[in-house]
Amino acid sequence: MRDSTLKKVWIYFLLTVTSFLVFFPVLYAFMISFMSGPEILQGRFFPEAFNFDNYAKVFDRLPLLKYLLNSFIVSLTVMIGQLAVCSLAAYAFVFIPFKGREFVFFLFISTMMIPWEATMIPNFFTIQKIDWLNTYQGMSLPFFALAFGTFLLRQHFKTIPKELQEASQIAGLSRFAFFWKVILPVSKTSLVTLGAYGFLTTWNMYLWPLLITTNSSVRTVQIGLKQLQSQEMSTDWGVVMAGVIVVIIPTLLLLFIGQKQLQKGLSQGALK
Amino acid sequence: MTTVRAPGVWKRSANLRVGFLYLLPSIILFAVFLFYPMIRTIYLSFFLTDQNGNAAVNVGFENYSYLLTSPAFLNSMKATGLFVLYTVPVGIILALFFALLANEKLKGIGFFRTMYSSTMGISVAASSVIWLFLFHPSVGVFNRILLVLDLPQIQWLLDPEWALISIAISTIWMNTGFSFLILLGGLQNIDEHLYESSRIDGAGYFYRLRRITIPMLSPTLFFIITISLINAFQTFGQIDILTKGGPSQSTNLIVYSIYREAFINYQFGTASAQAVILFVIILVVTLLQFKLLERKVHYQ
Repeated sequence: MRDSTLKKVWIYFLLTVTSFLVFFPVLYAFMISFMSGPEILQGRFFPEAFNFDNYAKVFDRLPLLKYLLNSFIVSLTVMIGQLAVCSLAAYAFVFIPFKGREFVFFLFISTMMIPWEATMIPNFFTIQKIDWLNTYQGMSLPFFALAFGTFLLRQHFKTIPKELQEASQIAGLSRFAFFWKVILPVSKTSLVTLGAYGFLTTWNMYLWPLLITTNSSVRTVQIGLKQLQSQEMSTDWGVVMAGVIVVIIPTLLLLFIGQKQLQKGLSQGALK
Repeated sequence: MTTVRAPGVWKRSANLRVGFLYLLPSIILFAVFLFYPMIRTIYLSFFLTDQNGNAAVNVGFENYSYLLTSPAFLNSMKATGLFVLYTVPVGIILALFFALLANEKLKGIGFFRTMYSSTMGISVAASSVIWLFLFHPSVGVFNRILLVLDLPQIQWLLDPEWALISIAISTIWMNTGFSFLILLGGLQNIDEHLYESSRIDGAGYFYRLRRITIPMLSPTLFFIITISLINAFQTFGQIDILTKGGPSQSTNLIVYSIYREAFINYQFGTASAQAVILFVIILVVTLLQFKLLERKVHYQ
């Protein structure tokens, strides 16, 4: 049918133009990261050659490797912590009925109404008092408990047939063994979604690391970018963009690999 | 014959004890890093504090009355309100448009979906640095385009008239990826059969969009509107990198204002009062959302 071909062409056209516009800033930053100062001034889109001078320079000017390592450690720690804390809580909400559970559930919901920024002043002083400024635990521990993550897993746990629990009781499995050996393995997809989400959001965190890192010992790449940008202001955009590209590659890769999974998992957690 | 005794309190409460144990890590963390600091923030908002954030002089509601008459704070509230208006509706409509396009079953659609969602993988700091370059007065893309079109140059981040709009544009871009992913997920959950019967009736695309897609998508839309509103009120990173609240306070959004008051001016009392106001705003917005939209939302 001519009509549907026309429609297809039209949709492909819109898809191409709009997705190019969305991706343009990243693509442009990538191109800039290979350019020298004069090339940038000329306003070209493609660099004359793809040489890695700017990348060498950015690793020279900032302890970028150290920052990358710090970001990895903090993001992994938060990811694992969230998975553990949220899955335990979700398990209790689905499989252990007890008096007062509704009230605890309400408490969890109410945490979503408190913007984290409204609590940052006392949190800063708490971390300072226990001498956790510039430590990995200070960077990660406050984010282990997550109502959204608990709900996302709870949603998935609810789809697990209750017969499994009865069968495991008959088989003599303890409660924790049932959780560890049965529930977690069958919930792999939700755990992966939450894990990827936790890693992404922690890697991209800005305000908290800005507050509690005063030296480069545990400072993350995001704060490194701020440093780079204020050091190099208006002089060496190529070097700054090389820094940007290095910082976004890990999360972009994670997103490209897990996009389908994230989209399914997040929209499930969002609803119902 | 032995009488069967009712199980003791200890045994009957087994579930309670075990359940509580599983919830304990969350409860402790919420208590220490969320409930306690929230209460402490409210408490501090009634005090003048010393350098270490300890309450020094009880001033009652003075911090609040000071804020509500301070032109700087009122300006910050106004900027925040405008920013929400600039970013939320446009951001959601744009993401919905992309999601509708990307929901078509076509060859290579996966590639386009990845492109649209890409901004979710880019941190606020990295995005801000990229946009700082795009907005650059001489080498930035926008002014180059204006130059080519023979239009007057704009000081995107330095002109008080434009700075908030520029921040809004970059923020819309940053949030597109996440909103897109959520909305696409919602679209894919809509039952195909609903469309088939309407196709037989010969209903057009926009009729189906209005009568089937939007109503069926309403729970997802409702969720993403709430999240976008809350996110807009919490904006910080792009301000810190792009404008530092300037020029002439035009982009001093509320979280940036709290940050400056607390960690640069060491006025923890007034900063806490601002934090309480932020908390109340978000609380009211969420509750209003639920009240207003719950009735209109179509749940499957």
